[in-house]
Amino acid sequence: MTDAVEPAPQSAPQPTRFQRFARSDLLWSYLRSPVAIVSSIVATVLILAAILAPWLAPYTPFDPATLNLMDGFTPPDSTSFAGHYFLLGADNQGRDMLSTIMYGSRLSLFVGFSATVLAAGLGVGLGLIAGYLGGFVDAAIMRIADIQLSFPAILIALLIFGIARGLIPPAQQQNAAVWVLIIAIGLANWAQFARTVRGATLVERRREYVAAARIMGVRPISILFRHVLPNVLGPVLVIATIGLALAIIEEATLSYLGVGVPPTQPSLGTLIRTGQQFMFSGEWWIVLFPAVALVLLALSVNLLGDWLRDALNPKLRR
Amino acid sequence: MSKFLARAAGVLLGATMLAGVAQAETVRWARASDALTLDPHSQNQGVTHNLAHHIYETLVDRDTAGALQPRLALDWYVKEDDPTVWVFELRQGVTFHNGNAFTAEDVVFSLDRARSASSNMRQLHATVESVTAIDDYTVEVKMSGPSPIYPNNLTNTFIMDKTWSEEHDLQEVQDFAAGESNYAVLNTNGTGPYMLVSREVDVETVLALYEGHWAETPPEVTEIIYLPIADNATRVAALLSGNVDIVQDVPVQDIERLSNTAGIRVETGPENRVIYFGYRFGDEPLRSSNITDRNPFNDPLVREAMALALDRDAIQQIVMRGYSIPTGVATPPFVDGWTPELDAYEPANVQRARELMAEAGYANGFTVTLDTPNNRYVNDEAISQAYVGMLGQIGIQVTLASRPIAEHSPVILNNESDFYLLGWGVPTFDSAYIFNDLIHSKTETHGTYNVGLYTNPELDEMIISLATETDETVRDATVAAIWAQVQEDRVLLPVHNQVLAYAMRDDITLAVHPENQPLMTTVTFD
Repeated sequence: MTDAVEPAPQSAPQPTRFQRFARSDLLWSYLRSPVAIVSSIVATVLILAAILAPWLAPYTPFDPATLNLMDGFTPPDSTSFAGHYFLLGADNQGRDMLSTIMYGSRLSLFVGFSATVLAAGLGVGLGLIAGYLGGFVDAAIMRIADIQLSFPAILIALLIFGIARGLIPPAQQQNAAVWVLIIAIGLANWAQFARTVRGATLVERRREYVAAARIMGVRPISILFRHVLPNVLGPVLVIATIGLALAIIEEATLSYLGVGVPPTQPSLGTLIRTGQQFMFSGEWWIVLFPAVALVLLALSVNLLGDWLRDALNPKLRR
Repeated sequence: MSKFLARAAGVLLGATMLAGVAQAETVRWARASDALTLDPHSQNQGVTHNLAHHIYETLVDRDTAGALQPRLALDWYVKEDDPTVWVFELRQGVTFHNGNAFTAEDVVFSLDRARSASSNMRQLHATVESVTAIDDYTVEVKMSGPSPIYPNNLTNTFIMDKTWSEEHDLQEVQDFAAGESNYAVLNTNGTGPYMLVSREVDVETVLALYEGHWAETPPEVTEIIYLPIADNATRVAALLSGNVDIVQDVPVQDIERLSNTAGIRVETGPENRVIYFGYRFGDEPLRSSNITDRNPFNDPLVREAMALALDRDAIQQIVMRGYSIPTGVATPPFVDGWTPELDAYEPANVQRARELMAEAGYANGFTVTLDTPNNRYVNDEAISQAYVGMLGQIGIQVTLASRPIAEHSPVILNNESDFYLLGWGVPTFDSAYIFNDLIHSKTETHGTYNVGLYTNPELDEMIISLATETDETVRDATVAAIWAQVQEDRVLLPVHNQVLAYAMRDDITLAVHPENQPLMTTVTFD
């Protein structure tokens, strides 16, 4: 009986979160996927460069007072009129391309991330309600989603953008531009989330634990968010990752069309829009570098999303 | 897809032409946008007039130096015993494309139509009281008072065939803004050198030589294929690949490359158009500023500081790549009233500008929004963006609101802007046209583009007097006095006069037209 007083043996501790993760299928699958490793490294580098732009970037291109117009069109790896060294050259306004891309991807990521959070929040909420309540509410929400899915997301975003412009007085429009973009892209993308979550909720709500909770008198709202939600989050994570890449591209498209953020605070799309005018005249660096940054960012996030989908899908597991 | 088809069709058509007649000269003419309509009185807009000038004709015309010259009218003068009547003597033996003879009745019909309710040409005929045919080839226009410059207003008012117009119910002008259409939008019957063969809006318009035209020597170009290509790069590529012969709207950044390309030449020349910044006057605080108890732009020191912050030479060199003519006055040199003294500008001086800002009590600057179009003038958005940087250096933090012209215009016309960029062309080649719309206080008839609501009753009086002043010396003195006051008050902040560039096959000669309305009749081949 001496064994009985022994404390919990050290050889079999409760696994820590990290240990659980280290033994999980997710890490196993990650370490065996070169695509996932490379794209996560690229994405991390780009995202860190964007977040840390105010400390890492050699210049502050968003402060017009520091610019010298005479530096315009300085080629890559050379010293400008005003004596600055520009590794990736300068654009038509004399902004250092490297700094501008870092600040620009910061804006692109901020818009993409916020829009995805908005779309996910909205979609998950509506999907849960539709799936759990069923009936008329379900039909109404899902038909709205169907209608919206039959239009390209970019068209919806343009429409929302146009309406917002009509509602906001011209003097305030520019200050609101980023938020309008986030709302436009967010509202354009909620339907995918809602569909997926509704499907999962339909399955979950027939489970015993939901019935048990109901019998115990738990309020529907807490059943939904405390019990059903955690069980439907897996697919949401996958859609959100791919949705982030899509939102970044949508932001770039809107800005490329000239309806996004102001050119004094360019996102990647705005940079590409201004840069493409100079393709014939030989100033290739103004369009090339932002375009490469955008492709790398969108591609790496997208590939990560793809990998995550495969990794979380038991049917694809070997 | 449709672009590809159009291009394919162009190539095919071009190939057929080459294989066909050797004498006939076809010109494929590309520019950034299409004419908005073919109804000649529906839109007072340069691109629309440019195409219309090939099909329809006006009473008077301008040579490239800006002097009036006869077209359908051979002579015009103020009636001897009545200074309020203009007499026009018409050209004889002119026929419309359908064979109808051109007479005074057609002029009466057309001028009445041009000043009717939904006409966009109305303001140019605002002082006309009545138009009468005296005989088949004489027309009298009765004005509400002496109107010495009235013939200058006629250079874009086209003459239609009365009989044909009545046959097709064209008494009313197409109300473009209301989205209406009529027979004349896609069909024409003018007296001009070319007849409409086919038109596909925004894709292709084909014109063929009108054999019965009155000109003694027919133009060298016998067929025009007019191709609107909106995208800059695509338009330039079309010329490089030989799919078009003339490109009218050449982006400044591509001028050098095109000039250096074998088989292509570029013609450049000044346009009769000035680009300027404007700001809001009056005590009322700005809508977009952090200064909420007063209007910083109303302080002359701030306006002077803003002028000193504007580095026109840097904008010319970098943004415009040398293709602009910096100026200190909001009128192009083509216009009566322009002088080299007005045109001179102080070089940028940031140090002095900062001192002035401090003196005005804005040592810490202020914030404001600048409204700019991004598809109307040459590099409009880039000019504004450059100025935002320059203003940043004297503490004025500017948010740039960049919009397509279709969105920019309402903001401008409804006076919703605190600070804006605009361009002004002067089709009458007279300062009064500038004063009427930009300087005169905003009323129903005047000050349409007085966006900053500048007001000076004394100037208003002088501006109104210009319309009826017949003594040229007095009139010139008044114009000079108005300009002096406008400069002193810094009502507008001019940047430069626009320079145009046309690129073409190197065996073609086409001179730059100061109103950007080149006529294919002036094209010659080597």
